[in-house]
Amino acid sequence: MALVFAGICSHAPGITGRADRADPELKDGLYAAMDRLRLAMEASKPDALIVIAAEHFANFFMDNMPAYAIGMGEEYEGPIEDPDWLNIPHTKIPGAPDIGKRIVSEVMQTVDTAYAEEWKMDHGIMVPLHFLTPRYDMKVIPANINCQGPPLTPLHRAWAFGEAIRRAADAVPERIAVVGTGGISHWPATPNSGKINEAWDRDYLDRWTRNDREALSAYTDEETLRDAGQGGFEIRTFNAVAAAAGGQGDIWYMQPIPIFAVSCTVGVMDIV
Amino acid sequence: MSLYGVQKILYRINRDRELQDQFKADADAAMAGFPLTDEERGWLRDGEIGELYIHGVNGQILMHFAAFLGLEWNEYIDAMKDGLAQHGQVKGGLYKVVDGGSGGAV
Repeated sequence: MALVFAGICSHAPGITGRADRADPELKDGLYAAMDRLRLAMEASKPDALIVIAAEHFANFFMDNMPAYAIGMGEEYEGPIEDPDWLNIPHTKIPGAPDIGKRIVSEVMQTVDTAYAEEWKMDHGIMVPLHFLTPRYDMKVIPANINCQGPPLTPLHRAWAFGEAIRRAADAVPERIAVVGTGGISHWPATPNSGKINEAWDRDYLDRWTRNDREALSAYTDEETLRDAGQGGFEIRTFNAVAAAAGGQGDIWYMQPIPIFAVSCTVGVMDIV
Repeated sequence: MSLYGVQKILYRINRDRELQDQFKADADAAMAGFPLTDEERGWLRDGEIGELYIHGVNGQILMHFAAFLGLEWNEYIDAMKDGLAQHGQVKGGLYKVVDGGSGGAV
């Protein structure tokens, strides 16, 4: 059928795990924006949701680290983290093995993605699903990009991956939603957690909203690490969504929330 | 220093409930078969988050392990700060501290 929905959101574990420590007004605004994203996604009536996420060593290690991996399992589980720490109960997530296999086959026309019939989800996917599919009744196809263990896939390849996802979604008869979840600037899992480069974030989101392929792909990893921290490598997921959707973006929410470690972001993009 | 081995067992513990239970019951038995030094075994056995951080364990791997150990967020951040205070900068990897660790939020 087609790609019917494209969005982006943050996935920081603090969003759920440290919710009570944030400014209530900021937290409520973020939660409302996530709910709006859920309603918009549901209105597109997707048969399956592809989550383009960042691998955090929940599934792969340096003994065999794929640049890209797509899940085609029957069922998944998560979170791998202590559920009380993340404040998301351990649960099962339905997969879409048949759709996933066809998506993988089409993606492989241009991108040598890995695939996995087993998958454990960490905060990188569980936090978005907690808001977007709270009853865990939507079929999910996880699609992770290695943003943690260098060498990392180049930005122009992340763009190609997004284009491949789009082509694959358009090739299957089902209705496919895609949500990318990652970055933007943050220094997670360090004493600097909470440091945010808001100016960098706003410039990045301006490039994303304009769907400026050249500008979105122009960052070097050295620049990103310097200006946006190791968490900034996760722009690959947002870039892939821009490549998949092809239209103009609309940012519904963007606020730095230091206790959540990131400029929390919710947005959608036109599909053209 | 076999950082690869340390990170590999932490990766396995973080995602494998059976290994988690084994590690809690008998850490040394759980660590058998992994390429670890005696010093590293001690850090893992004693939950020395600061030492593991300083020696370059990837932050995501370490954050998940700290949650498994039951460290509350501020305790986890403080453990990394203690490691920095004792040893100075992180020895390798992507998770080096910047600006001396300032700018964080707890």
